[in-house]
Amino acid sequence: MTNIALAATVTTGEAVTFWILAPLALLGAIGMVAARNAVHSALWLVLTMLCLGVFYVVQAGPFIGMVQIIVYTGAIMMLFLFVLMLVGRDASDSLIETLRGQRVAAVLVGLGFAGLVGTLVARAVSDTTAVGLEAANRDGNVQGIAALLFTNYVFAFEATSALLITAAVGAMVLAHIHKPKSERLGQPDLMRLRFRAGNHPGSKAGPGVYATSDSVATPARLPDGTLSRGSIPEILPTRELSPRETAPKGTEK
Amino acid sequence: MTPAVYLAQDPTLSDFGHDPWWIALIKIVFAFVFAVLATLLGVWFERRVVGFMQVRPGPNQVGPLGLLQTLADGLKMAFKEDILPKAADKVVYFFAPTISVICAVTALSVIPFGPMVSIFGHQTPLQVTDVSVAVLVILAASSMGIYGIVLGGWASGSTYPLLGGLRSSAQMISYEVAMGLSIVAVFMTAGTMSTSGIVAAQAGSDRSASLGGFEFFAPGWYAILLLPSFVIYFISAVGETNRAPFDLPEAESELVAGFMTEYSSLKFALFMLAEYVNMVTVSAVATTLFLGGWRAPWPISIWSGANEGWFGLIWFFAKVILLVFVFVWLRGTLPRLRYDQFMRLGWRVLLPINLVWILALAGIRVLQKENNDAVRWGIIGGALVVVLLITLLLPDRKKGPQVSLQEQVNQRPQGSFPLPPMDLVVPPSPRARRQVAERQPANVGGGAPDVIESTTSEEKEG
Repeated sequence: MTNIALAATVTTGEAVTFWILAPLALLGAIGMVAARNAVHSALWLVLTMLCLGVFYVVQAGPFIGMVQIIVYTGAIMMLFLFVLMLVGRDASDSLIETLRGQRVAAVLVGLGFAGLVGTLVARAVSDTTAVGLEAANRDGNVQGIAALLFTNYVFAFEATSALLITAAVGAMVLAHIHKPKSERLGQPDLMRLRFRAGNHPGSKAGPGVYATSDSVATPARLPDGTLSRGSIPEILPTRELSPRETAPKGTEK
Repeated sequence: MTPAVYLAQDPTLSDFGHDPWWIALIKIVFAFVFAVLATLLGVWFERRVVGFMQVRPGPNQVGPLGLLQTLADGLKMAFKEDILPKAADKVVYFFAPTISVICAVTALSVIPFGPMVSIFGHQTPLQVTDVSVAVLVILAASSMGIYGIVLGGWASGSTYPLLGGLRSSAQMISYEVAMGLSIVAVFMTAGTMSTSGIVAAQAGSDRSASLGGFEFFAPGWYAILLLPSFVIYFISAVGETNRAPFDLPEAESELVAGFMTEYSSLKFALFMLAEYVNMVTVSAVATTLFLGGWRAPWPISIWSGANEGWFGLIWFFAKVILLVFVFVWLRGTLPRLRYDQFMRLGWRVLLPINLVWILALAGIRVLQKENNDAVRWGIIGGALVVVLLITLLLPDRKKGPQVSLQEQVNQRPQGSFPLPPMDLVVPPSPRARRQVAERQPANVGGGAPDVIESTTSEEKEG
């Protein structure tokens, strides 16, 4: 609590934390844009978000800081990672420019925008001091937020939650493929498919296991002595062992 | 410092943050050593208990009762070759186990091990630190700890670990929701998010509510008071720590070892360390949030000295060991769930039950605060009406029209496969007849059956 009360003025600890974490946050942001690999990008973003969470805690907002870490870093970035891992680990960006000069233009505009926002914020808040922080946190940070959320902002809060739930349900409805029961194949149809001409109804014969070889590349033999094509995986070439391979290797003594 | 200063045994938030640096260091080292020792003894404990359950001795050769077995295994592991797979993402592969361990140990920093104690003359709470959002710190640490597993799975660059990592990330997102919601009930009842505050809130046995002249007394422990939350918390904690029956990310019969298939040597040991520290951490959190923390359980708490000073450590460790035993018991008893069953349990069972329970609890809390009896009965009546409406309006299970067997047969499309006759009856078993035949007295030679029987009974008596 004492930390929260003192937070209106910049203490040494706060300054040290800031000067350690701010470069890290910036590094994370740059790394996120610069990393080729999508998962690395996500990890850099996690670093930035973690630093932001600590900043919130230091600036007398422990609840929002922890929520930042739990919700954004823990859950949302985890979802991102989930998708990225599903896509595959080699999903790197290609370096071919589709628009000529696009990269240079993007860098210039980005720098300009950052400069603009930076100057604006710096001009606006450089002379102001935080007011009412202690009053807001008087009953505790969590209680303060709860009091505001459930009194003044209750409609905005409920409307936002309704909007988010609607969006989630909508996404599920759009993504869900529902097959009506009438389109499902019944047992007789499945059997007819299975026993149609040209389909092998049973499980295929396994590869041959002989005294000379138990390789999966050795085909099984049909009763008439011919090789069974279906007994080995399609990606393997059917092969007979050469006499040299089947000959005793001199290790039997 | 005046010696006669009265110090409350229950630490509050204002008691934290005043320790000299060396006491803070002692506490941090204590928490870390506790984590490492808990792993060493936890592995031994698990193997012994599972061995007992499977009627075999378990490790019993190295040291007394096999206590040093884990140490020997750990040393052996450290001297093994550290293999870096060719397809691995080297940096992430290296960092993944450390992320796991660091997050697991960090969560221990806000666990209250005991009340105010005196360390070298300093009065200080037996807890590394406490903040107003301490429980959220634990949640944050556990949610960050999953990154270690997910990244370890991804960075290994092979299929099984990747599948383990994917499973882990989905599992973590689903069970973190249930876990967070089950803690909400604790926040609502305790009115605070600091762990020491929650332990203090469970101390009072004077919790009572009056309704229409009746006085209701409620016990202090939230495990009894908020039983649904406790059960859901424990189930989701098992899911969160990847323990059996929810150990799908490392399912050894499906994914070899899941996310740690490619890991070896010290990195593998770090993953093991993280798993056991996590298990101890969630047990400690469950103890703190639901089982009264370091406070003595009921029969002992009659003795007034039970909750003072270093005694708190005993009760705390006893409760933690009990919960760890339940973890091991679950592992020794239950088979692993299928993945879809596991997800259904999380989203369709735990989550709705939790939400309804929180709503009900909120209603109860409002009832407790309301002084007007008419309003109270109004709320209770409203709740009853809602329950009644739900039971009345809930659609019945659709029962299809009863179709007789013959009609079903007739409905089959043309060219269906032939059916056996529907009126077959199981014939009487020939074995049954033989047993009957054998029970009839055998007429062999001269002796009558009753004579034989009398001799045998005499022999028995003699």
